Amino acid sequence: MASEKITLDTVRRMAMLARLRLDAAEEQRMLTDLNQILGYIEKLDQLDTSQVEPTAQVAEAGTPLRDDVVTNAPAPEEMLANAPAREGTFFKVPKIIE
Amino acid sequence: MTINETYEAVIGLEVHTQLLTRSKIFCGCSASFGAPPNHNVCPVCMAMPGVLPVLNRRVLELGIRAGLAAHCEIAALSIFARKSYFYPDLPKGYQISQYELPLCKGGYIDLPGDGEGARRVRLERIHIEEDAGKNIHAAGGSLVDLNRSGVALLEIVSKPDLRSPDDAGAYLRELRTMLLYLGASDGKMEEGSFRCDANVSVRKRGDEKLGVRTEVKNLNSFRNVEKAIAYEIGRQIEVIESAGRVLQETLLWDADREATRPMRSKEFANDYRYFPEPDLPPLMVSQEMIKEIRASMPELPGERRARYVRDFGLTAYEADVLTAEHEVAEYFEAVLPGLANKKAAANWVMTEVLRAVRESAKPLADSAPAPAETGALLRMVENSTISLNAAKTAFSAMCKSGKGAEATIAELGLAQVSDEGAIGAACDQLIAADPAKVAEYRGGRDKLFGFFMGQVMKAMGGKANPKVITDVLKKKLAG
Amino acid sequence: MKPDLYRLTVAEARDSLRKREISSVELTRACLERIATVEPKIHAFITVSEREALDQARAADARIAAGEVPALCGIPLAIKDIYCTRGVRTTCASRILENFVPPFDATVIAKLRAEGAVFVGKTNLDEFAMGSSTENSAFGPTMNPWDLTRVAGGSSGGSAAAVAADECLASLGTDTGGSIREPASFCGVVGIKPTYSRVSRYGVVAYASSLDQVGPFTKTVRDAAILLRSLAGVDPRDSTCSARPVPDYELALSGDVRGMRLGVPREFFVEGMAADVERSIRGALAHYQKSGAQIVDISLPHTEYAVGAYYLIATAEASANLARYDGIRYGPRAEASSLAELYSATRAHGFGAEVKRRIMLGTFALSAGYYDAYYLKAQKVRTLIRRDFEQAFMKCDAIVTPTVPTTAFKLGEKTEDPLQMYLSDIFTISVNLAGLPGLVVPCGFDGNRLPIGMQLIGPPFGEEAILRAGDAFEHSFALKRPAQAI
Ligand SMILES: [Mg+2]
Ligand SMILES: [Zn+2]
Repeated sequence: MASEKITLDTVRRMAMLARLRLDAAEEQRMLTDLNQILGYIEKLDQLDTSQVEPTAQVAEAGTPLRDDVVTNAPAPEEMLANAPAREGTFFKVPKIIE
Repeated sequence: MTINETYEAVIGLEVHTQLLTRSKIFCGCSASFGAPPNHNVCPVCMAMPGVLPVLNRRVLELGIRAGLAAHCEIAALSIFARKSYFYPDLPKGYQISQYELPLCKGGYIDLPGDGEGARRVRLERIHIEEDAGKNIHAAGGSLVDLNRSGVALLEIVSKPDLRSPDDAGAYLRELRTMLLYLGASDGKMEEGSFRCDANVSVRKRGDEKLGVRTEVKNLNSFRNVEKAIAYEIGRQIEVIESAGRVLQETLLWDADREATRPMRSKEFANDYRYFPEPDLPPLMVSQEMIKEIRASMPELPGERRARYVRDFGLTAYEADVLTAEHEVAEYFEAVLPGLANKKAAANWVMTEVLRAVRESAKPLADSAPAPAETGALLRMVENSTISLNAAKTAFSAMCKSGKGAEATIAELGLAQVSDEGAIGAACDQLIAADPAKVAEYRGGRDKLFGFFMGQVMKAMGGKANPKVITDVLKKKLAG
Repeated sequence: MKPDLYRLTVAEARDSLRKREISSVELTRACLERIATVEPKIHAFITVSEREALDQARAADARIAAGEVPALCGIPLAIKDIYCTRGVRTTCASRILENFVPPFDATVIAKLRAEGAVFVGKTNLDEFAMGSSTENSAFGPTMNPWDLTRVAGGSSGGSAAAVAADECLASLGTDTGGSIREPASFCGVVGIKPTYSRVSRYGVVAYASSLDQVGPFTKTVRDAAILLRSLAGVDPRDSTCSARPVPDYELALSGDVRGMRLGVPREFFVEGMAADVERSIRGALAHYQKSGAQIVDISLPHTEYAVGAYYLIATAEASANLARYDGIRYGPRAEASSLAELYSATRAHGFGAEVKRRIMLGTFALSAGYYDAYYLKAQKVRTLIRRDFEQAFMKCDAIVTPTVPTTAFKLGEKTEDPLQMYLSDIFTISVNLAGLPGLVVPCGFDGNRLPIGMQLIGPPFGEEAILRAGDAFEHSFALKRPAQAI
């Protein structure tokens, strides 16, 4: 079992951020797995990257531009066909409290 | 005024405005307001699996326009980033925005007015991003409409250069006016196409370091912006005075209770996990593109004010009033053709037209005659077809009836009589009717001339051209 | 009806269709019957679309009769169930998309439709393409046609197995860290992952956007060239898709490798590599030398860091890409009284263990306080890996490596050990990080009659070079194939 990189609290915070409900067993398993993986990833620290630029993408730079024209006709029924809950052409969700 | 001698407020505003484009920022759906729920959506803006964004050229152009107008540095290379949080109106679970490298950096906006009001507010940045949809809170649940999801937004972030609610209001008005002049925004705060969040903190006067700031959201009118900031300044001062600590938090302005309250949902106590958007390569802006956009820039409020003073001989004050609202300035210029006296036209718009708007409480277009008709009316005054008073009478009639100038003048019979024959006849009658006074006058009582003038005008039903009366009467009395 | 039409290559079928020796309906029926026979053992498909396939075949025959015959007209293909197909459910092997029916086609699907291709069905994969064995499928694993107790590889295991078992003439997969090349190697078929941005990703369910790339599985290198030409090209719906013109890859297949410089990276011959694998790669290299190619020793010094960098970058992107699965606009929704519950319960039920693990890892890599040490660090290592390849390609025209250190492993062998599973992509992952094209060609079999694949890596948009080298090898090397798979 690799070195402790993260704690159960971190696992819980990440689960909250990612909106994943984990039961106690899953939390433990997640803690073990993530620590093992992060333990392996630790090897990246052997590299001095202080002078290295990051690479976020490998596509050619310069995003293409679209003309400002409306190309989509309304098709609400088609777009809502997979909706698990709807009211008219709205999607419906449990009450939101702000 | 909430700010006292001891404390000073430090305010920065984050403004989001929808850009006036036909289609959304990353897909070909209509960006128009008011369609039935989820009619302006497609797989892209409702985040179906596998879809990808493609940037709308117009969004970039308007963003650069705004950046140039606000004296920003336009980045040759900027980067889109994903801002992650879960909310039903955010279909992808992240907003495509800009973070580390925005489209426009720095810049400033000068507030109009002289002395007191004149201030320079520096900008942090301007960037482009996508709007979220709308959640409607209904009984038994909330309803999600994604028509607005993916509509183009411009985010304008000021530095904390504002010191009072009035300051904030003035900055917001100037910014809005600028965006309207640029054709970038419709500036409709009530429809939510122009929105504002305020970062507010207070500190002891003379202190260098900033106090803890709160972010106030849900400010959907100029009045609310000023009220909310004033309230928040007061609240923070009280907290400090009562030896408490201001918490860094996000607050909602409750317009009904006229108070701020912390956001209930901790959804917003968030870690947004920004990272570069891998679906959009870096955004490159060439010098050529910037040149073209600069060349096609519409005239800005400041430039227009200067032109009015320089070319029309208006005072700075008059120029400010006319340019404060884009549509008023446009109206004024549409009145001008064929008028020699620009200043008179300016006064007319500032008094008569703006009064009409105030009284009808409707937008200019619905409360005043078409500018061409107002122009026609003023031309009749210039060539003395009608008197100034007649023009005022006609104008208020035109506001109500919507009829043209010519028609209204005819209808109300407001045209002046300049026919020497008719006026001469009236003079003869008068002279014949009162030989005594005539003798007195001829005997040297010049004062009586005014009396004769009045009599003739009376006889002519007040519609005679005073200048003509004077000439004719002088001759006749001279005998 | 002619017997085993399903064994035809795309090139053979194309020519017979053009000569009207066979009809697309015959060909499609042959594949559908083959599917009916072997599927119980292989489970390569999640959805078999028999009716749609026969309709497409009839339409194709009509076009052929009218004398109009695009390359893939009437050719039965299998599609990884990660491509959105209008009107046919697209599950990504996940419960969270179990009943999702897209109202649109992925760009490459639309292109294939326009050519008159026939889609026999949607193939199995690791859920959201996250895996190397197709065991992480909500619908059960795919078996390796060469040994039903072993994995087909992954994540495109279904598409690889379908071609190996002759259930279709060719298939589509996707490759983010080796998801085409590893299963191609395990199943003994040809697979190519093109240069990043060579093929549109629009409508392909995203795993890791800066790494995902579309590619075909085929029985021959020539077939790979034929499919790639139809798939590649600019797409106004994909901002990352390259506008470079698409060459006729088939013309590059000269069979001649004389003077070609083939680089062999030392770092790829590590201990822990199966002896049989090393032997057959060395054998292939020897053969290339005999054929007049020049073997050059090269170094890719940062290879050992690729897996670490990959699992931070890929999972970070995935954590955002998978945020849209919330049970609000599509997909099943868990019973919930509050919004927070709606999200966390829906996602807890909808995602499998590996997907959750990667979402958690990616969320961590991006979260406040860890971003620089993990995500940003990985991006910098990605730069070093790209530079390694740039250096290497100054000395060679293509790079030859093993595809996987081993042959297909046993079902269940690595499911309990995510890290071991990740390490099976050690030779393929750096190619995605650098955005390069990679071709896998069968080059041998091990003692257990399991296929071994050789990987040919090209410079950016260097598909022609690796296809030429792969095709030349395929034709001149006497590959001792055991009896057909299954
Ligand atoms: Mg914003
Ligand atoms: Zn849309």
